[in-house]
Amino acid sequence: MRFEYAPAPESASIVDIRSSYGLFVGGEFTDAKDGELFKTINPASEDVLAEVVSAGPSDVDSAVAAARDAYDNRWRDLPGAERAKYLFRLARLIQERSRELAVLESIDNGKPIRESRDVDLPLVAAHFFYYAGWADKLRYAVPGRQPRPIGVAAQVIPWNFPLLMLAWKIAPALAAGNTVVLKPAETTPLTALHFAQLCQQADLPPGVVNIVTGAGETGRLLVEHPGVDKVAFTGSTEVGRAIARAVAGTRKRLTLELGGKAANIVFDDAPVDQAVEGIVNGIFFNQGHVCCAGSRLLVQESVADEVLDALKRRMATLRVGDPLDKNTDVGAINSAAQLARIRELSDVGTAEGAQRWSAPCELPERGFWFVPTIFTGVSQAHRIAREEIFGPVLSVLTFRTPAEAVEKANNTPYGLSAGVWTEKGSRILAIADQLRAGVVWANTFNKFDPTAPFGGYKESGYGREGGRQGLEAYLA
Amino acid sequence: MTSSVADLSDVARSAATLRGFLHGLPGVDQVGAEARAAALATRSIKTTAKARGIDLAIRMVDLTTLEGADTPGKVRALCAKARRPDPTDPSCPSVAAVCVYPSMVATAVDAVAGSAIHVASVATAFPSGQAPLAVKLADTRAAVSDGADEIDMVINRGAFLSGRYLDVYEEIVAVREACGEAHLKVILETGELATYDNVRRASWLAMLAGADFIKTSTGKVSPAATLPVTLVMLEAVRDFRSATGRTVGVKPAGGIRTTKDALRYLVLVNETAGEDWLDPDRFRFGASSLLNDLLLQRDKLATGRYSGPDYVTLD
Amino acid sequence: MPERLAVRKTYKLFIGGAFPRSESGRSYVVTSVDGDFLANAALASRKDVRDAVVAARKAFPGWSGATAYNRGQILYRIAELLEGRRDQFSTEARDRAQVDAAIDRWVWYAGWADKLAQVYGNANPVAGPYFNLSAPEPTGVVGIVAPPDSPLLGLVSVLAPVIVSGNTAVVLAAEERPLPAISLAEVLATADLPGGVVNVLTGRVAETAPWLAGHLDVNALDLTGVADPELAATLERDAAENLKRVLRPPAEPVDWYAEPGIDRMVAYLETKTVWHPKGV
Repeated sequence: MRFEYAPAPESASIVDIRSSYGLFVGGEFTDAKDGELFKTINPASEDVLAEVVSAGPSDVDSAVAAARDAYDNRWRDLPGAERAKYLFRLARLIQERSRELAVLESIDNGKPIRESRDVDLPLVAAHFFYYAGWADKLRYAVPGRQPRPIGVAAQVIPWNFPLLMLAWKIAPALAAGNTVVLKPAETTPLTALHFAQLCQQADLPPGVVNIVTGAGETGRLLVEHPGVDKVAFTGSTEVGRAIARAVAGTRKRLTLELGGKAANIVFDDAPVDQAVEGIVNGIFFNQGHVCCAGSRLLVQESVADEVLDALKRRMATLRVGDPLDKNTDVGAINSAAQLARIRELSDVGTAEGAQRWSAPCELPERGFWFVPTIFTGVSQAHRIAREEIFGPVLSVLTFRTPAEAVEKANNTPYGLSAGVWTEKGSRILAIADQLRAGVVWANTFNKFDPTAPFGGYKESGYGREGGRQGLEAYLA
Repeated sequence: MTSSVADLSDVARSAATLRGFLHGLPGVDQVGAEARAAALATRSIKTTAKARGIDLAIRMVDLTTLEGADTPGKVRALCAKARRPDPTDPSCPSVAAVCVYPSMVATAVDAVAGSAIHVASVATAFPSGQAPLAVKLADTRAAVSDGADEIDMVINRGAFLSGRYLDVYEEIVAVREACGEAHLKVILETGELATYDNVRRASWLAMLAGADFIKTSTGKVSPAATLPVTLVMLEAVRDFRSATGRTVGVKPAGGIRTTKDALRYLVLVNETAGEDWLDPDRFRFGASSLLNDLLLQRDKLATGRYSGPDYVTLD
Repeated sequence: MPERLAVRKTYKLFIGGAFPRSESGRSYVVTSVDGDFLANAALASRKDVRDAVVAARKAFPGWSGATAYNRGQILYRIAELLEGRRDQFSTEARDRAQVDAAIDRWVWYAGWADKLAQVYGNANPVAGPYFNLSAPEPTGVVGIVAPPDSPLLGLVSVLAPVIVSGNTAVVLAAEERPLPAISLAEVLATADLPGGVVNVLTGRVAETAPWLAGHLDVNALDLTGVADPELAATLERDAAENLKRVLRPPAEPVDWYAEPGIDRMVAYLETKTVWHPKGV
């Protein structure tokens, strides 16, 4: 018998989206001084959600000045225990309003409500809760050093996990005694602006958190602003490189969390059903809009057919569609531009001779969609094995020996994450040692926790977010 | 898993080959399996899907009474409930089977006569299985000769846990033969097997030996059926069919009490083994109190108001 | 009787454990502070940078894969050998206190080898059934511009924290006072330090450093010895090409005699976090 799941949409009415938003500067929502307005849309429907400001130079000046004022007069010298209480408050406010924020995240980003509800929002709250506790314990975090805040942090975040990336940036910065100006991505500004409302509810001192919206130019103004002491960026390696060049010769401290092309290595003795889940979670979680996505499957030749059969069977059960439907597994691609990029690289994969396969699947007519896809017969020389696609597209390669697996896994300028699947414990430890990646998931994938440092080797960036190490980026 | 049909008839030619085969099955990572089951449990089954799911679940129930205090009167009442779970609603389907002790088989057969309801009997010194093989076989034959068309046997867990897989295998083969035409459900008693690796091995062992169904539990040991155990067993029947072409059913039993539970199992079936198993011939619930909750929820969907325990029959 | 004529040392480069001349065949005059001729040092070229990076990369797997105990012993061995040549270095550096401090610095870092992961790594109590451990690992090949103001102690103070954790190094020695660096290389060559772990180039920093900064197979760049802010900024920009970890020139003069702290080691560490489920 066919068992069709009836639509089970989460109600959008829980969240009140305003028709337009200003900037959040000095604790107030303000109109733009020289910024223009742009629209943010729902990628699942292409409907306009709201108008937001593309902050200009004067807007950025105001925000940095507000952050400086707050740093000098209200935050830096506040006892750590008091800073902690503000952060605990924010954690609680996020928990209280988490359903509303999850719905808003799904509407603005396109990610399934199942993920924003069960992954993003719980982690956002957990991050604030975790770093809250550090605020009055900083001297235990940096052995042999007297911890001091750095100053005003310019933080630029991507669109794939808007609120979670905000939490990764703001929570440790504030705990360490810095103030921030944060710029959310231009396609996903709304949850950051609603977070600003939480800052007001928390009575956070004005200027400690400032939110400026806009696109790349606003980001450039922010990171190059002379009043900034610290720059933290999550996004593409290309932009990260430009930022590293821009801060060269200054005293600005910089941390970067950039792209990846992670290998997910499946050995012949892997727990195959869980490995298949890990492959699926590795590349189709959040539509593959994940810097640490397991976008290269390296499967041992002796089990390649078996694993691929199982993977295809599993992919056929993925439910693609309305992000607000509680049964949706794969939501909308975040933007038309990203969809074009995914299509382009997929076409390159076909042109280069790889075999393309997608599960049969009906896509909605409006909005931006890409069906989960795998390419087999991929070699290291293919562009789809080297370039970050940032979409639900998996490149499958094979290997014969552990040494070959490691060699192929490391054969990339990136080094953010990797996966390894085998039931043999000693092999896991040996392979994990040899992988040049900042996070190694063994017999699991795409797991995150505020206590666990995250960040890359090589061109995946530098510095860590999360854990004790994540504080260091914000301490002089 | 491979598309070609493998010949596994030789696997049990010796203790060593059987052991080698079972230990060569892929391992099960506990955390990953439980996470997958938990993720599927978040599926939201509403409105029309829920209505269809509830009726399907009712049709899959093996309505069970396995008490020392069972009497012919109790069993006749159970059978009446099985035939017409909701006397006020003729559209309500009957259950798949009643499940009783061997001594009650004749009563049950008589009480369900003329309906499509099967009579299942536990046998083989249920629930412990701690009896000589001859006794277990006699137990089985008695139930079959009294008219049971489904036999729920227990495996020898002691032998399994001490690695004597061939002993377990041969016992299942013998009971299978004693069943004659009756369908054989093999109870793994997963609560005593302790690990998912063991559940997977026992599932394959039972299927290789000829089981028509593999069943989680007797209901007398805790934990009884769980979602992840059932997930592992569904993976096993799915892979077994890919390997051999033969379809084996799955029956979680014990501890499944609510409609929400039952729907979660159906989602598990749907997204693991697939729609071929969404059939009372392929999937059963071993349960007693579950049926009344299904009826209450069925009524809620039909009428739009909440019903109460006074409005379903208690037998 | 005439005074015995001294046998002078030829100062060459140190690449891959060997002492070649610059492939360019060039050299430059090194004089004492009084302006007396001391030696013709090799004037390294871009190809020497290239060769040194190849040697450093080749040495990386073995050195980073050695046990911390082993690395600690080798660093201590360097201190032992330096102690044995204390008089020679004191004469060369004209500064006994600097030599003593340099020896003690090797000892200090030797002891860090097997403690760094304990101080800087940690177990992470994640909210789920997972084993989760963060451990520091070396970042790879590190290019170092050695400080000009302290040719031996300064050099040791920037080199030891790089290699103690398993990185390999290409060092551009202090341009005007390169000789202690080559003498140190002679110590390194006999201290069981595998060839290629440390490579020392002498010459013009402004000529060689850009090749190091722009090299895609170099993972990090230590600009401690770059005195010219313009050059430092250019090198940092070049280093962005492959997102090298960059340690900028210090904002204030460094007291090389002070206890260093762990910052210089941490600058060249990556934190690797490993997850594994806990199940039966």
